[in-house]
Amino acid sequence: MSISLQGTIGRGEFERALNFSVADGEVLAITGLNGSGKSTIIHTIAGLVPLRNGQLQSDNITWDAPDSKQWVAPEDRTCAVVFQDLRLFPHMNVISNVAYGLRAHGVSKDEARSRSTALLARVGLLSFETRLPNELSGGERQRVALARALVIEPRVLLLDEPLSAVDVTSRAALRELLPEVLGSFVGATILVTHDLGDVEALANHSLSLN
Amino acid sequence: MGLPFTVSCEHYGVQTTVPEKRSIDNNLTRVDKVFHNLVTLGAFFSMVVLAAIGGFLLYRGFEIFKDFGFSFITSSKWDIGNPEDTSTAILGIGAMLFGSVITAIIAVVISVPFAVATALLIEFYVPGWIKTILVSILDLVAALPSVVFGIWGYAVLLPLVEDWSVTIEHYLGWIPIFNVPSEIFGRSPLLAGLLLGLMIVPIITSVAREVYSQAPRELIDAASALGGTRWGALRAVVLPFGRSGLVGGTMLGLGRALGETVAVYLTLNLVFEINFKILASAGGNVASLIATKFGEATAYELKALMAAGLVLFLVTLLVNFGATMIVNKSRKIV
Repeated sequence: MSISLQGTIGRGEFERALNFSVADGEVLAITGLNGSGKSTIIHTIAGLVPLRNGQLQSDNITWDAPDSKQWVAPEDRTCAVVFQDLRLFPHMNVISNVAYGLRAHGVSKDEARSRSTALLARVGLLSFETRLPNELSGGERQRVALARALVIEPRVLLLDEPLSAVDVTSRAALRELLPEVLGSFVGATILVTHDLGDVEALANHSLSLN
Repeated sequence: MGLPFTVSCEHYGVQTTVPEKRSIDNNLTRVDKVFHNLVTLGAFFSMVVLAAIGGFLLYRGFEIFKDFGFSFITSSKWDIGNPEDTSTAILGIGAMLFGSVITAIIAVVISVPFAVATALLIEFYVPGWIKTILVSILDLVAALPSVVFGIWGYAVLLPLVEDWSVTIEHYLGWIPIFNVPSEIFGRSPLLAGLLLGLMIVPIITSVAREVYSQAPRELIDAASALGGTRWGALRAVVLPFGRSGLVGGTMLGLGRALGETVAVYLTLNLVFEINFKILASAGGNVASLIATKFGEATAYELKALMAAGLVLFLVTLLVNFGATMIVNKSRKIV
């Protein structure tokens, strides 16, 4: 088992009791309406929002358990996030954006660069290394965000609406790329989406918050 | 849309009427007009005062610029000659201008790292109640009169800087700016610069805090989610984001350091020669020159002091103008 969450997220009317686990190589799709708490799950697993109660574990290591006051800081969790709004660093070029996570994990500059270049080649952006995020299309930015998350080789990949911010053409291209990328990803993947087409195309299991 | 007509919604078998367009005007109300005129008047008054100061200094110092031309700024000699014959006077503020610049540079070099560290500490590391205390302390330091700084610098900092200067000269004397053959330390540009640095820390910290607080939190989160430590996230997001704002804040501090009078007057020996050896007990700046000479100046010397004031006024205005432009640019980026 790679990731399991048993507990409560959110407050008041947005409170959600959850109980799920995702094994290595599996893709769990979480669907639901706007405001149903889909993104909060992603942020909770990433450590950006604390769990209300219960327990979040990855590979039998407790990341968050408020009752026993256990907490692993976001930077120490072996997960990576592709945010809905991407959150690329606007002042860094593509290669620096992708290499950021590796550098943060102490990887040498040269190795970070070569690994980032390899991943950019995999997502079809090899010639875009020196461009800034604002010089890319929506689909290209999405690919950079994906490369940035995958390059650190996380155990858990968290994708928050990965196809929502792109045009129709880019969406079709990403729909082709994502199964290929996720198919070769060894860890667990949690995909948040409101599109049932994404669920069918990409996920093994689904969880509805409606 | 907006015209009074009826739309047939055949699909639903009903008819609906589009309401008549509202009349919207952007005329100011009476209260708004009064307020608008009041703030416009206030803004113009500030500019009028500024122009009046510049005009007054130019009027009173014009004769000096006419007599000495550009050499008034480049020459370092200050000799009033025969008070009855103004043609015997040799007046120049080169050394003082150089002193203003060198002490201000020392101040900025010392204060910027402290200010950045303090701003980051306050914005990102300490809990709210400590933040309130630290901000209050900074505001208090910013409000301290410069004479208090000057007396403290003379009484407390001077003996310390004398000791430090001996050590610096001993180990780093091979670097020209630290080489003081006379070994007379004390009221040196280093002491004045250090004191000015402490004085401008609150200004730079305040601007840096404002800019850093506007750094996008979601990018800091993104950096953390990719494995960045707190410091790593701040270095990747906040520092680049606040760079131009910090430059603006630094220039505001530089403006104050350039124009500081009493603190420099108390901690720097007034010597009319360009001194780039920052440990040597010699220097001065334009503002302290004016403060020192003003009381016993002859009529002609007074004009020279007015001209010196105008030069300082223009330099400070230029630095502040530059700072404002940079801070505004950083706000637009935000």
